[in-house]
Amino acid sequence: MAQVAYVRHKMLPEQTPPPNSVGTIGWLRTNLFSGWFNTLLTIVAVLLIFRLLANVLPWALVPTWGGTSLGNCREILQEMGREGHFAGACWGVIRERWLQLFFGFYPSEIYWRPILAFFGLFVALSPILFPEHAFRLIGFSAIYPFIVVYLIWGGSIWGPVMALLGFVIGYMVLKFLTEPLGRLAATIAAFLLPVLWWLFLASPIAGTFANVLPLALQPVESAKVGGFMLAFIIGVTGIAASLPIGIVLALGRRSDLIILKGICVGFIEFIRGVPLITLLFVASTLLNIFMPPGTKFDLVLRVTIMVTLFSSAYMAEVIRGGLAALSKGQYEAADSLGLDYWQSQRLIIMPQALKISIPGIVGNFIGLFKDTTLVSVIALWDPILLSTNIRADTNWNGILWELYGFIAVVFFITCFSMSRYSMYLERKLATDHR
Amino acid sequence: MDESAQMTVSNEVAIRIISMNKWYGAFHVLRDIDMTVYRGERIVICGPSGSGKSTLIRCINALEEHQKGKIVVDGTVLSSDLKNIDKIRSEVGMCFQHFNLFPHLTILENCTLAPIQVRRVPKKEAEETAMHFLEKVKIPEQADKYPGQLSGGQQQRVAIARSLCMRPRIMLFDEPTSALDPEMIKEVLDTMIQLAEEGMTMLCVTHEMGFARQVANRVIFMDDGQIVEQNEPEEFFGKPRSDRTKLFLSQILGH
Ligand SMILES: Nc1ncnc2c1ncn2[C@@H]1O[C@H](COP(=O)(O)OP(=O)(O)O)[C@@H](O)[C@H]1O
Ligand SMILES: [Mg+2]
Repeated sequence: MAQVAYVRHKMLPEQTPPPNSVGTIGWLRTNLFSGWFNTLLTIVAVLLIFRLLANVLPWALVPTWGGTSLGNCREILQEMGREGHFAGACWGVIRERWLQLFFGFYPSEIYWRPILAFFGLFVALSPILFPEHAFRLIGFSAIYPFIVVYLIWGGSIWGPVMALLGFVIGYMVLKFLTEPLGRLAATIAAFLLPVLWWLFLASPIAGTFANVLPLALQPVESAKVGGFMLAFIIGVTGIAASLPIGIVLALGRRSDLIILKGICVGFIEFIRGVPLITLLFVASTLLNIFMPPGTKFDLVLRVTIMVTLFSSAYMAEVIRGGLAALSKGQYEAADSLGLDYWQSQRLIIMPQALKISIPGIVGNFIGLFKDTTLVSVIALWDPILLSTNIRADTNWNGILWELYGFIAVVFFITCFSMSRYSMYLERKLATDHR
Repeated sequence: MDESAQMTVSNEVAIRIISMNKWYGAFHVLRDIDMTVYRGERIVICGPSGSGKSTLIRCINALEEHQKGKIVVDGTVLSSDLKNIDKIRSEVGMCFQHFNLFPHLTILENCTLAPIQVRRVPKKEAEETAMHFLEKVKIPEQADKYPGQLSGGQQQRVAIARSLCMRPRIMLFDEPTSALDPEMIKEVLDTMIQLAEEGMTMLCVTHEMGFARQVANRVIFMDDGQIVEQNEPEEFFGKPRSDRTKLFLSQILGH
């Protein structure tokens, strides 16, 4: 029989952990050299990284910044004693053309306008990215899109103002007519009245005002808008608009109203079943066929709408995933406290569902931003198409890696910032302490 | 039976349920429920799992819809009219087995959200009320924490405080202690006992028979979607009449 009774007479004091399990050595042991397989992987990886850098760095770190053509770069490299196909990069092309990569064919004397718009973007984003510090600026965020349109495309200020007024009308209708008309009627009115305003009244009134007091900037046509500026315009608009549309679609898809649900499911599945390129071609060619002849409907605007719709279908599915992760109890608790549908969505359900979906949402944002390069297939001047154009210049004919590398770096910085921000946001919102 | 507790029962009707029936699809969960609850009553509902206890009390605040019969809460008939439902829900508080606190809000925000949004109480006043009730459930010092940082018992007390902040006239409890570790059950029951002593009309689904004996003025036993037996706790536990009740009691009191 084994001895069962046992009494401890002396309690053990706390001891320091063994030295090879803590500190640098401990870290190396657990992360790089735990077992022969991991050690092997570590060595192979280090060798690979070393080889990569040994090839790329000498190529990239060359003093060709001042090169005026590919030939000139080759001469500089030759003087250094470097020959051959992979002798070194020719950075002169970036020095000469970086402005074009950023602005496309935008008139250089008014570069200040997109630059101003770009800095305005950070002001407009700050109340959304850091609400506890800058929420006072939310009004600016609301009118920012109209400022951008005015700054980048120029023309009379009254066009954007009248467009903005349509939204104001909708808001006012909701605010003041909900009581007398009831929610449904007010919502319909808040949708219809602005549309009527935009279709019939906005442009004549804008025209009248423009005659009296033009306040016009030099107009710039869409064909001249290009480069990263174009990527940002399409990307940021798409990002800003696809999230709310995605939320509405996700809610619609979970709705009990069978027709609404059908429409949402149909839309989502249709968009997800079609490649983005197809939609872009529809935007560039087919849409014109359906428009009444003579309608001017800007290509960049059309493309932005398509990219937004495309992204919002994916967004809807990501958010639906977040909604599905919430327990039924959250809805019931909200219901039992007397919150109505929109209150519980806004205050209880969405904050949690969106938080769960942050990685997916930001993944979509990043995907959308990179997809903006696809607009080159319909001859909009995105950075890739511009790089093709630069190569058509006899000075720079044959340059490949430098341009693509530069474009890649700019995209990487943007996308990586989004990714880091999303991680920050996840940490900040982590309140469930699981 | 506790003399003072009995005195608080008035003959004003708080809830009246008249031949109410409910189906889940083809499954007949609640069959011909008739029940009247007077103001100040403390009713314990018990019965085997799946007998329809949760469904019954969830019908009272319209978390579930009934298909036949009539439910009148505080003089308001429960119909599919949204206005009525909102009115009833703001009069009737509910506590769930799994607390269902809002994990993204602090304890204080959990308690002030509905008063501010539904009752349009000013924020400051709502916070004062919330602190009052958090003190009552004995956790005012946790007000700025998040639900995930609290123990189960504390979370359930917050859930009770959150309901009370809406100043309900009736409280529904659906197995409030059955997800708790044994050492936390008492703190929640104590809160409920205190509530009962203050005259709150309460309907509790629970298997805490000690609580039933101490607090309830009526115990209802349900089986197969029907009310099988109801009586004062003394009688109910001492001289159960139906065989089903006897079997059930022998099972839960047996160990
Ligand atoms: N949403 C639902 N759909 C279908 N059946 C359900 C649903 N909710 C509960 N039920 C069924 O109804 C019966 C009663 O459930 P419930 O009221 O939760 O019982 P109790 O709370 O007494 O354990 C059970 O058989 C359960 O499976
Ligand atoms: Mg139950």
